[in-house]
Amino acid sequence: MATISLAINGRLYTIEADPQISLLTVLRENLDLTGTKYGCGEGQCGACTVLVEGRAQRSCVTRADNLAQKRITTIEGLAHGEPLHPVQQAFLEEDALQCGYCTPGMIMSAVSLLSRNPHPTRSEIIDSLDGNICRCGAYSRIISAVQKAATALAKSAAGGRP
Amino acid sequence: MSETTRVPAPWEPERYELASAPMYRFDLDRRDFFKLLGAGVVVVSVLRPAAWPQESGRTRASRGDALPREIDAWLHLGENGKVTVYTGKVEVGQNIRTSLSQGVAEELHLPLEKIELVMGDTQLTPFDMGTFGSRTTPTMNLQLRKAAAAARNLLIDLASAQWQTERQHLVAADGKVLDPNTKRSAEYAALVKGQQLAQSIPADEPLATAASWTVMGQSPPKVNGVDFVTGKHRYPSDQKLPDVWYGKILRPPSFGATLLSVDSKKAEEMGAVVVRDGNFVGVAAPSSGLSAAAMAAIHAEWKSEPQPSSKDLFDYLKKNTDTASGDGDRYDVGNVDEAFASSGPRVRQTYTVSYIAHVPLEPRAALAEWRGDQLTVWTGTQRPFGVRGELAEAFRMPEDQVRVLMPDTGSAYGGKHTGETAIEAARLARAARRPVKVVWTREEEFTWAYFRPAGVIDVAGSVQSDGAITAWEFHNHNSGSAGIRTFYEIPNQRIVFHPARSPLRQGSYRALAATANHFARESYMDELANGLKMDPLEFRMKNLKNERLRAVFQAAADKFGWGKQKAGPGQGFGMGGGYEKLGNIATFAEVNVDRKSGAVKVVRIVSAFECGAIVNPENLRNQVEGSNVQGLGGALFEAIEFENGRILNGRMSEYRVPRFSDLPSIETVLLDRKDLPSAGAGECPMVGLAPAIANAIFDATGVRLRSLPLVPQGLKIS
Repeated sequence: MATISLAINGRLYTIEADPQISLLTVLRENLDLTGTKYGCGEGQCGACTVLVEGRAQRSCVTRADNLAQKRITTIEGLAHGEPLHPVQQAFLEEDALQCGYCTPGMIMSAVSLLSRNPHPTRSEIIDSLDGNICRCGAYSRIISAVQKAATALAKSAAGGRP
Repeated sequence: MSETTRVPAPWEPERYELASAPMYRFDLDRRDFFKLLGAGVVVVSVLRPAAWPQESGRTRASRGDALPREIDAWLHLGENGKVTVYTGKVEVGQNIRTSLSQGVAEELHLPLEKIELVMGDTQLTPFDMGTFGSRTTPTMNLQLRKAAAAARNLLIDLASAQWQTERQHLVAADGKVLDPNTKRSAEYAALVKGQQLAQSIPADEPLATAASWTVMGQSPPKVNGVDFVTGKHRYPSDQKLPDVWYGKILRPPSFGATLLSVDSKKAEEMGAVVVRDGNFVGVAAPSSGLSAAAMAAIHAEWKSEPQPSSKDLFDYLKKNTDTASGDGDRYDVGNVDEAFASSGPRVRQTYTVSYIAHVPLEPRAALAEWRGDQLTVWTGTQRPFGVRGELAEAFRMPEDQVRVLMPDTGSAYGGKHTGETAIEAARLARAARRPVKVVWTREEEFTWAYFRPAGVIDVAGSVQSDGAITAWEFHNHNSGSAGIRTFYEIPNQRIVFHPARSPLRQGSYRALAATANHFARESYMDELANGLKMDPLEFRMKNLKNERLRAVFQAAADKFGWGKQKAGPGQGFGMGGGYEKLGNIATFAEVNVDRKSGAVKVVRIVSAFECGAIVNPENLRNQVEGSNVQGLGGALFEAIEFENGRILNGRMSEYRVPRFSDLPSIETVLLDRKDLPSAGAGECPMVGLAPAIANAIFDATGVRLRSLPLVPQGLKIS
């Protein structure tokens, strides 16, 4: 057993767990933050994507004990009530989901992309999200949602109303 | 406790996993309803097969307490003005929570946000066979609309009695009944205050016509959409109870292996509860990490028998006709043998489809809790009542001691009809004396779920020089009979489904065998057209009378620009279409084949779809697009490979599913037939894609591919 401290969504958590434990298991099982999903366990589907220091990371293949000094954001930490984060809002408006199980991971991957590339082209969005699987096949709507969110973020950055 | 005759199952024979259905037991009377739901108005929806005697006349506010037994939904309008609808249907991403709410809002003249659906809870909702076969829109939506219309009329009756006004002067709008003459109005909530009125819907409740719809026919946002984009929604695998333990099941090393011995001493020393019960070996422990470690510490010996392998699959299926399960479906029209004898040479071709996996992104999951002899299970299934029956059978207990709840689930695609995960969790929970959760790993999902059936399809046809098809013979081995009949006008036909003994566990997959049968039929149609040097669209139209199908083929052809010049070598165009689950689809594809690298890229897809009056256009587009994206996998590269009882590619890194980079441009043309009843759309749109791509590859290269997947390794042409 090891003591693991994690800063998640602006809160500090300390847990006792197997030192090998994955960040995904800590989130879902120890902290009941179930918005982050299990899909494959080998970093292939993107359902478990969270932000570590603002960058998308697959939590199923990330050991929790490596993250002591890092800022972690999950889907639950993206917005606190209203208004939603512009990416979340855009997913709703573009109907960019069916069952919604891939949605948290998609949104986190998109937030990561837009933070380092505020105006991605269509092919940059495709490249960046290619590790996220949507079995319902809402890909084209997700691309539209990311483009819409980019526009909304640019407007709010320029001082306009989001 | 009353018991009813089970309604004959409307499912197709290849839904192998449904062979045994639960008995239907139902016991609620009027007083139970109000005890359960509170005062107000209840309308129950009664669904009976057409052959049964119809209920005659209107049974207003029935005096007796007994309610009809064959209930498929009920609707409660409470004193707070909120409407709660109870249906056994479940949400797996097809967005029926929204579209059913639209139906109720339309007929009850109530804002959408006042309506809540309770779905797939065997304690609260009436029996439902399951959510499959694209039945929710044509049946449940219609029933709920009738219930809502009856509730609206009941409210008008109440106002009419209170105000001493003839009911024909009153109208219902926006959650109120009003009298336009006196300007008097009352909220629904005020009208139902203190009431305990129950009514069953009459068979002939008039409904709003599609031309007058204001809520249906629109695309409101997903009703609980915010919960999905914020991570708040709890899927079955997210369910939790205090003091929950985590379960793991010992899996055989190969299909057909039998357990010889188990040594679980180490696992027990680690603090895990170990269960050995017949073939079942499982562990439960306070964390998933510990349960995995305990499982790894179990030593088991197995005896394996030789099993078939995928390289021999198609021979195997043809040689292993399953005579035990009786004859498959067979359709004979005219005299095929005579027609072939008197016509020119018949052209024979064979097509095959592989096993594929559903790969629902949320794997099977269940959380089980025992309280005394009462069992409650939260699980992802398209058949909560079927799973209740499986649990009752597994634990030899009455169904009324089992409650199954189905939180909106992370997709299913026909793959979540069975209750094995629920049984596993419940068995471990009973031994551990606390709630236990079981979530299958992706590898378990790839191996121990069931697959879309593989199949071999032999086709023979004969055609006149003017393009009229004179004879048609079609034999499907194993994959199934959905969509097996040709919709082309052919005077002589023999169409037979031959069930086979499948080497792998197989079951329903979105669109069932219609994908395989349309692939064979629509590929073969192109082969015939090519033999005649006829344009494939012209050839189809010559043999097609069905106006709805002609309309989708024409609409898709127009949008696609059929007949246009190719931009260069490697480019190809093709089409495929058909009729399935009351919907009509035509899909056109443009592909690009790089002869050197072998890369095959589907560049553009145009689908025209018609399923009657459109309930929610944006959601319909989403379903058609999604069917095409998911269909790309089975068409191009998905196949389960197996050898001697082991799956060889049972991981996400080894089994390729469509990704963003596979996405073609997809254009969807929706034909809105407001004069026709609304049909479902989750399955039909998929069936035109594979033949369209195969035909486009032929157009690009001259190479005819007759196996799905078409190009798992690309297509190199020297």
